[in-house]
This record gives sequence, structure tokens and C-alpha cells, in this order.
Amino acid sequence: MNNKTALDNFRTDIARWLEECYPAVLRPLDVESGMQPEAVVPETIRNAERRWHRLRAEQGWLAPTWPREYGGAGLDRDQARVLAQELRRVGVRPPPISAGLSLLGPVLLQRGTPEQKLRHLPGIARDEVMWCQGYSEPGAGSDLASLTTRAVPDGDHFVVDGHKLWTSHADKAHWMFCLVRTDPEAPQHEGISFLLIDMKSPGISVAPIRLISGPSAFCQTFFDQVRVPKENLLGQLGEGWTIAKQLLQYERQALGSIGRGDLGRAQTLPELAKQELGSEGVRIADPVLRAQVAQCELDSLALRLTMNRSADEAGAGRGGDHIASMLKLYGSALTNRRHELMMTLLGADGLGWEGPGFSDAALRITRQWLRAKGNAIEGGTNEIQRNVIAKRILGLPE
Amino acid sequence: MTTATRSSALVPTEEQELLRRSVREFASARFDIAQLRAYRDGEASVEAPLCYSRAHWREMAELGWTGILFPEEYGGLGLGHAELGVVLEELGRRLLPQPLLSTVLLAGSAILRGGSEAQKQAVLPGICAGELVLALAFQEQGRFAPWQVAMRATRVADGYRLAGEKRFVLDGHDADQLLVLARTAGKPGARDGLTLFLLDPQTPGVECVRTSLLDVRNAARIRFADVKVSMSQVVGAVDRAALILDPVFDGAAAGLSAELVGVLSEAFERTLAYLKIRRQFGALIGSFQALKHRAADMFCERELAVSMTLAALRALDAGRADAPALASAAKARTSDVANLIGREAIQMFGGIGMTDEEEIGFFMKRARAAETTLGDGAYHRDRFATLNGF
Ligand SMILES: Cc1cc2nc3c(=O)[nH]c(=O)nc-3n(C[C@H](O)[C@H](O)[C@H](O)COP(=O)(O)OP(=O)(O)OC[C@H]3O[C@@H](n4cnc5c(N)ncnc54)[C@H](O)[C@@H]3O)c2cc1C
Repeated sequence: MNNKTALDNFRTDIARWLEECYPAVLRPLDVESGMQPEAVVPETIRNAERRWHRLRAEQGWLAPTWPREYGGAGLDRDQARVLAQELRRVGVRPPPISAGLSLLGPVLLQRGTPEQKLRHLPGIARDEVMWCQGYSEPGAGSDLASLTTRAVPDGDHFVVDGHKLWTSHADKAHWMFCLVRTDPEAPQHEGISFLLIDMKSPGISVAPIRLISGPSAFCQTFFDQVRVPKENLLGQLGEGWTIAKQLLQYERQALGSIGRGDLGRAQTLPELAKQELGSEGVRIADPVLRAQVAQCELDSLALRLTMNRSADEAGAGRGGDHIASMLKLYGSALTNRRHELMMTLLGADGLGWEGPGFSDAALRITRQWLRAKGNAIEGGTNEIQRNVIAKRILGLPE
Repeated sequence: MTTATRSSALVPTEEQELLRRSVREFASARFDIAQLRAYRDGEASVEAPLCYSRAHWREMAELGWTGILFPEEYGGLGLGHAELGVVLEELGRRLLPQPLLSTVLLAGSAILRGGSEAQKQAVLPGICAGELVLALAFQEQGRFAPWQVAMRATRVADGYRLAGEKRFVLDGHDADQLLVLARTAGKPGARDGLTLFLLDPQTPGVECVRTSLLDVRNAARIRFADVKVSMSQVVGAVDRAALILDPVFDGAAAGLSAELVGVLSEAFERTLAYLKIRRQFGALIGSFQALKHRAADMFCERELAVSMTLAALRALDAGRADAPALASAAKARTSDVANLIGREAIQMFGGIGMTDEEEIGFFMKRARAAETTLGDGAYHRDRFATLNGF
């Protein structure tokens, strides 16, 4: 009861704070606000978004459950839930998935030394330090454990040599967390370690890769005699595979959440369908496509409810493990289905690549359709997720 | 239990887990699928024409399960759809047929919502005590379309005369009372102009034929040849039955979804078990990736169906505005997933899956029947879209 009152007060405080501080131009474009979408200059919105992002980071709200000393807001699980609800209520998008906040942070929090945590977490929580993920290599994709980038001890340093591929944002990132082979003699999974590498280190070079969706954050990264201090080893020597897998759970969860379909202020699928196909009363005019929209919306709802359920189960201490693989598999497949459908709705308007003649929204959807393909590949392909589910959850034989 | 104290979390409460355990014990002690076969083949050892056991019905009443939804003043437990869902899911796992849907979720709920005090007193305590079985006679065509009612109720001096035919009346051939939906005004398809009547199936002019369905349940065809009913047999307001039935169908769709979760979960687990014992090419067939991946997909579909159903049951209990949309979402998803798993199960069992002796086929048949009952995936996706404004 007491707890409930405290939580209610907490909610009121958050709501009041948001009322004061959340920029009006970012609120959902509803009747109440009386705002015309075209009246808002994109530049104004971008500036407001930047300011809001800083403000939110200063509140510790990018990592609400992390301790304050590490840049979080020190909230417990219930408070974090209330915060998330209040943010969603006024239309705040969750922070974009980033390697630091979504992937490394939670692992560092659990496994880092006090020095490592103090050094790295606040920068992540305030979104001042950008991280990238150095897992994949040309010869090690789905079969990640076959990686060959080497780290050889040399005094109080490791010397790293090798080639990482698909390192998103490596061109801009300040740091990389990286899987390296420290013991070539040990069994494959045991000779791997987890290193934190400063991207300014001499010997690192980065080359961007163009994707089917156009210029991107995609890179390959080369290591030539790169010296990394031993204090940047996360966990024990040879413990890299265990840590890598734990981090992948967070990655899969984050990637799965893209399929929710209710994030962001963009047009909803039914709205897009009505715009492109017309409506009869409130119904989408084309019955066949309407049925497909309904299926997509229904599946997104089911995914959201499953995420809620898995959070509730974790709260009740009965968390199902490897649920992340399921969310990633279903969520990314659903994202793809949704984008295929959006392309169908747009028709030839979805064929634009750039420049005049096409609306920004249509151009964006086209690029997103292409980029969404990657969701079913990154973080372990969907075939790999099915393998994981079959083995770890269903106990099917090898 | 008031709605305010009920948990909205999508995990079962401790009480619900206890309930689940006792239903599971009851179901496995009282019933196995061999009995279903015996019902179907009319073997003398069971109450063949019934296809369910009245003795079990009374036992379930003693345990309180037939009265879960009804207030204590009528002998019920005053609990909610979440609890009844637990019972239905566990009975579904065992394919145990009992008239919960017909008696409690359809006819009983309609009387609770629309009936006069006298009508409630006349049937609800009897349901809670396991003495009465009721049936709701509404459907006339193959596809679920609740307002497509042509059967007429014509006003006469001291009441109405009913004329028409109802089909697929669940448990109709054995019901102690029939709740009948007939048209007092308007044309087939119109929501308005429908009225409910409560009557004894022995009333002159009522002719009931039992029809056997592929899932070994029964749904009667009932003819009404100028059946006379009095004003006191009208349930709820004349012409306004749709208002009573809207929430009743929501509750029943969610309840049937819970049963389907039981059916599809059991079918999935049996299939998984088979993948782990059947050998071909010197290997367990569960080691073949083509089957593994389909099993993984079924697992995802199942988990999503479970979440959706839990959410629908809880929304109904909390009286939330999105309960109708969630009920439709749950029925659409569980219908589709039960069918998927039913199909895949037969394929993965191979030839043995085609035999009557292997039980897996019974699950597919029940899945198909439950899918069709109260609206299939296509029906409920359409309704979901309408309720969400597109
Ligand atoms: C958009 C995007 C962003 C990425 N970002 C990063 C990043 O920041 N850092 C990073 O380290 N990596 C990143 N990756 C790399 C990603 O993790 C790999 O692409 C992925 O693990 C697959 O490896 P691969 O590309 O070598 O494909 P392969 O492993 O060669 O797979 C090719 C095909 O074979 C299938 N296959 C492989 N093995 C099996 C099996 N056992 N059973 C069934 N099918 C199988 C795959 O499913 C796939 O369809 C990113 C990838 C994408 C697309």
C-alpha cells in the first residue's frame, strides 16, 4: 500500500516534470495540441530532439536502472516501468539501439571491475561515448567461435592483429568491444577473450562499406599490432565466449523490440494504408490489403504483450531463459513483413531512391525496407535463432 | 474479488497455479482420449449419446468450477475469466469435453447479464450445482455471423410464436433449458431487432436432432415449429439482444482461446516428444534441421498465443475498453496457431499420424472445430480491424 502511494507520487512527479520540460513540438500531433504537421520546420524538430536527448541523458533516463554513480537514475524495476509508461504517454521514443547502451552496458554492469565501470558506464549513460561491436570476421559469421583475430600478451599489454567485418559505426565510435583469440591451443570456445579497445589506438584502420540501403554506418576494421592495456580485459582470460553470449541475449532482445510496431511518431500502418488506398467510412478501402494490415497489427500486439509477459515473469522471478532468441526471431521477421507490406501499399511511390518526385516519408520507407533485411541477419541470423531455440529451449537432439 | 485487487500482470497468480494443478489432476484421473473414441463409436460402457459425463459435470460443480463466473448469491465463486481460462486450458490439454462453453460462457453468462432476477434464480444456482446444462441457440449458417438470424418470433396475444431452425447448437441435444435468439424485427444481418427467449426443450413444437461433429462433441440442429412462449420467457429487452450478446461472445471467444491454448500446447509437446524418440537414417528425426526450424517457429507462435490469451482474459476481468479487441485478437491467433500446429503435428508424425490409433489426430480435429466455433481467424481479424478504427 505504502509502496503503491510512493509509486503514485513518483508518477505524478515524472508527469509534472515532463509537462514542464518535454518540448511541445515533439509531442504527438493530436487534435489537442492543435498543431499542423506542415507548420513545423524539420530543423526545429531536430534541434528540439537534440536538446531533449541531452536533457534526458542528464536525468539518467537513458539507463534508468543503473546506479547514479554510473550515470543512471538509480530506479528500481517498478519505478523504471512507471517512467517508461509516462515517457510513452507523451510520445517519447525509446533511445535508439546502441552498442554501448543496449549491449555493452548491462554486461559491464554485471562483470566489470569497479574501475572499468566507473571509467566507461557514465559515458555510455550520458551518450557521450560511442561504442561499436567487434564480433564478426570474414571467416567467422554465424560460426562466430571460429574467429581468428589474435591478442598476444606483451608485458602489461595485449598486441592485437586481425580483421573485423560488419562493425557498425566503427568510423565514428570512440571504443570497440572486441572478441579476440588469446589461446590458439585451447578448445575453440575457451580460447576467446573480451577486450575493450580505444579506437584511437595506433594500428587501427577503418573502411566504410556501402549497403543495399545506401551509405551506412557499416565498416570493416583492421588491426595491425594494436597495443591494448591489460586492464581493458573484461572478465577473465578465456572467458570471452561466455560474455559474448550474454551480450548477444541483450542484442537479440533489443533487435526483437523493433518489431513492436508502436515506437516512434511516424505514421501507423493503418494510417499509411488509408492514405494510399483510401477509406470507406473508417475502413481501409481495399479488403485484401486491409486483412494483411490487420494481421500485421495483430502480430505486433502479440509481440508487445509477449515482451510485457516476459518482463512480468522476470519480475515474478520465473524468467524464461533464451526468450531473447524468440523475440529476435519473431520481431525481425515481423519487421520485414511490415516493411514488405508498406512497400506494397506505396506501389510505385516506393520505388524512389532520392531527390525530388517522392515524399520524404516514402523515401524513408524504401530505405527502411532495405535496412530491415539486416535485422534478420545481425545479432545472429534467424536460422541461428531457430537453432538456439531448438537446442536450448526445446531440447531437440544434435 | 474486486477488479481493483486483481493483478494485470501476464503471469498466473499462486491461486491460479493451484487451480491449474487440481484441474490437471482431475482431468487425468477422470479422462483419457480412449474414452473420446468410445464416445464416438457409441460403446455401451459410456454415456454414449451424451459425449460427456454428467457425473463429471457434477463433480466439477462440487469443486466450484461451473460457478467460477457467477456471483456468490447464486452459488458461484465470483471469480473471473482468468480463473475459468485456467480450467478450460487444462481440459483442453486433455481434450476433455464438458459443457462449460455452452452452459457457462454462452447461455449462463447471457442470463446473468440480461435475465430478470427470477430467470437468474431459475438457472444460475442449478448451473453452479452441476444440475443444469444449458445451450444457446443462435447460429443458422456455417460461418459465424451472429446477427444473421432469420428465425422469427412473432408477437401474439400473450407472448410470442417462434418459427425457424437453429444449427450447431453446442450441447443442444441434452440441454435442460434452451436460450434461443430470434428476430422480432428487422432483416437478417441487422443487430437490432433480436430477442432472447428461455425455454424448455420439451415445449411442443421443438424438434431436436443430435449431430455428431468431427471432434466428438455434439451440436444439435433444432427446429421450432410455431413454438409458443410467454412474455415471462423473454430474456432482456425486446429487440436488444445484441447488447447482451456482445460481451457474452467476447468472454466466450477468450474462454475458447484458453481452451485452444491447452489443445495446441499439448499437441506441440506431444510432437516434440515424438521428434525425440523416432529414428530414421540412423538418427533421431528431431536432429533434422528442417524439422527443428519448424518446431522453433511453432514455439514462437505458441508463446505469442499464450500472451495474447492471458491479456484478453485479464482485460475482460478488469472491464477494460480494449477487452473486445483483445478477445478477437486472442481468438484469431489461437485459432490460427492451433491449426498450424495441428497440421504440422500430423506431418511430423508421418504415417502413424494418419491413424485413428495415434491420438494426435484428435487434437487437430478439436483445433479445427474450436477454430470455427464463435468465429475463425479471418472473422476475428476483420473485427479486430473494425474495433481499431480501420
Ligand atoms: C545490418 C547489420 C549490422 C551488423 N552489425 C554488426 C556489428 O556491429 N558487429 C559485428 O560484429 N557484426 C555485425 N553484423 C554481422 C552479423 O552478426 C553477421 O552478418 C551474422 O552473424 C551472419 O554472419 P555472415 O554474414 O557471415 O553469414 P553466414 O554465417 O555466412 O550465413 C549465410 C547464410 O547461411 C545460414 N547459416 C549459417 N550457418 C547456419 C546453420 N548452422 N544452420 C542454418 N543456416 C545457417 C545463415 O542463416 C545465412 O542465411 C551485422 C550484420 C548486419 C546485416
